[in-house]
Amino acid sequence: MSLPADNAPAAPRAGATEESRPSLAALLLDPSFWADWASVVGLVGLVILFGITQPVFLSVANLQALLLAAAILVVLSIGQTFVVATSGIDLSLAAAVMLGAVILGLANAAGWGVFAACMLAVAATSAIGLLNGVLITAGRIPDFVVTLGTLSGITGLGLIISGGEPTMVGSTFLLKLASGSFGPFGYPVWVAIAAVVVAHIALYHTRFGVHLLATGGQAESAAALGIRTDRVKIAAYTISGFCAGIAAILLVARIGSAEPQINTSLLLNSVAAVVLGGVSLFGGRASILGPAIGALMLTALVNGLTLLSVSAFYQPLAVGVIVVLAALIMRYQK
Amino acid sequence: MSTVNHIAPSEAILACQGLSKHFGGIRAFTDVGFEARRGEVTAVIGDNGAGKSTLIRCLIGVHVPDGGTIYFDGRQHPFSNPDEARKAGIETVHQNLALIDELTVAQNLFLNREIVRRIGPFALLDRKAMKAQARAMLSRLSINVPSVSQRVRRLSGGQRQAISICRAAGSGAKLVVMDEPTAALGVQETANVEALIRKLREQGVSVILISHNFDQVRRLSDQIWVMRAGRMVATVRASETSGNELVALVTGAA
Repeated sequence: MSLPADNAPAAPRAGATEESRPSLAALLLDPSFWADWASVVGLVGLVILFGITQPVFLSVANLQALLLAAAILVVLSIGQTFVVATSGIDLSLAAAVMLGAVILGLANAAGWGVFAACMLAVAATSAIGLLNGVLITAGRIPDFVVTLGTLSGITGLGLIISGGEPTMVGSTFLLKLASGSFGPFGYPVWVAIAAVVVAHIALYHTRFGVHLLATGGQAESAAALGIRTDRVKIAAYTISGFCAGIAAILLVARIGSAEPQINTSLLLNSVAAVVLGGVSLFGGRASILGPAIGALMLTALVNGLTLLSVSAFYQPLAVGVIVVLAALIMRYQK
Repeated sequence: MSTVNHIAPSEAILACQGLSKHFGGIRAFTDVGFEARRGEVTAVIGDNGAGKSTLIRCLIGVHVPDGGTIYFDGRQHPFSNPDEARKAGIETVHQNLALIDELTVAQNLFLNREIVRRIGPFALLDRKAMKAQARAMLSRLSINVPSVSQRVRRLSGGQRQAISICRAAGSGAKLVVMDEPTAALGVQETANVEALIRKLREQGVSVILISHNFDQVRRLSDQIWVMRAGRMVATVRASETSGNELVALVTGAA
């Protein structure tokens, strides 16, 4: 900083100078560049690797199937991103998906129209998110503890109301949602794309997005500057719950029934996608595209390993290795 | 040395009378009268625990006083939270809680008062306008940063303090309150921030300055108020006092 003498009129060099862009070579040598783009680099690397070893991987049909399979995880990763951006974590995310699916199935079985049942499922999972947020902010309980509690609580609730039995959902609307397509992509892919676009705008182009990052970065400072950090946190968890509801609808549509069994890999992969996407687990730094590509990358990994006839038992191992590697690269993030 | 003499209220931008604050059984300060005049730099000095920071927090609405009246801009005006005070025109530069590291300079300058464009029911950030105005705000106070798009984390302590002062002044505040603005800064950076405070004063902004540094207070301020053990014990014109007198007032040796 240079301040000219008191009596000097507006100094010519004062103020912010125009941004200068670093050269491409400097960018490629900077470890923080690789950290910021870990998910993209990883995805491209996997596509090249699998494309060479198993050319079927690059077939249009397989890529379409891959995107379809990734849609649910993309939506969940977006929800998780909003929570992680506030320096929280939503461990109840996959359990909320399960409960939403069960509610959808039961409401449909009880004679509700499928559309109303879907709305009910989304309302229920959003309410779970709201509850998480209120418990964390009003109760002053750490995020980890609250969502661990609701993870267990709603898993139990799902088992109780479903009696532990899956419910078949035979709806033409959901069948169309799962199998229909518009242009090159299936409907679930379009849902995921819409979620990415809306979330990106919310994060980067609204006051809420800035306040979210401020809350996650330094909650005390944000509060001192008049931001209602509690409300922001509650909103983030509610968004996460909402995303779980959307994912629940996509899940029921995909498998045709509502299973009261929690898919633990969905939770772990949502956190993994967020980490791969360069979002800081300490809050304050986030993007939407990063986690979405992270989710694509994890799905591509599973897809590619399956095509290579690697045993499914190796998939969690591979995901774990990649996440830890990504976390190591993140250390270079500035 | 003079006792606390009262000036006409219209001259005061912020004033209080008979103000008291207790936390449980602990008395922070009792029966405090204080005035900050319009367009002046008013300093509050005192030893650690004398009650300066608590007094200021009461004046800007962080704490609600137990008794007494607060006048701001000619009207009786108790603030129940800092947001109300901010809306009325009091901006505060907090000691450590000034900026968000992960946000850019422009985002910090416009935090919680972002410029938005309305598109139907939606309000989207006008980032271009905020960046342009951020540059204008910085150059008006001759503050130099590499770019308004830079994250605050990468700036020096002096730059950060300058930006938080710029943030406070840039909102068109009538009064800027600074709690130990140079406490964590080096010699050169301290000089820069002092120049900035003088610049604010030249532009007609009233400033309340809490400081430990008696020399700085005498250099910068017009009026000095002295607190000791929870009471306002004296007020002097900065031009009519000496460092020794201030030490005596603060320690109670006079």
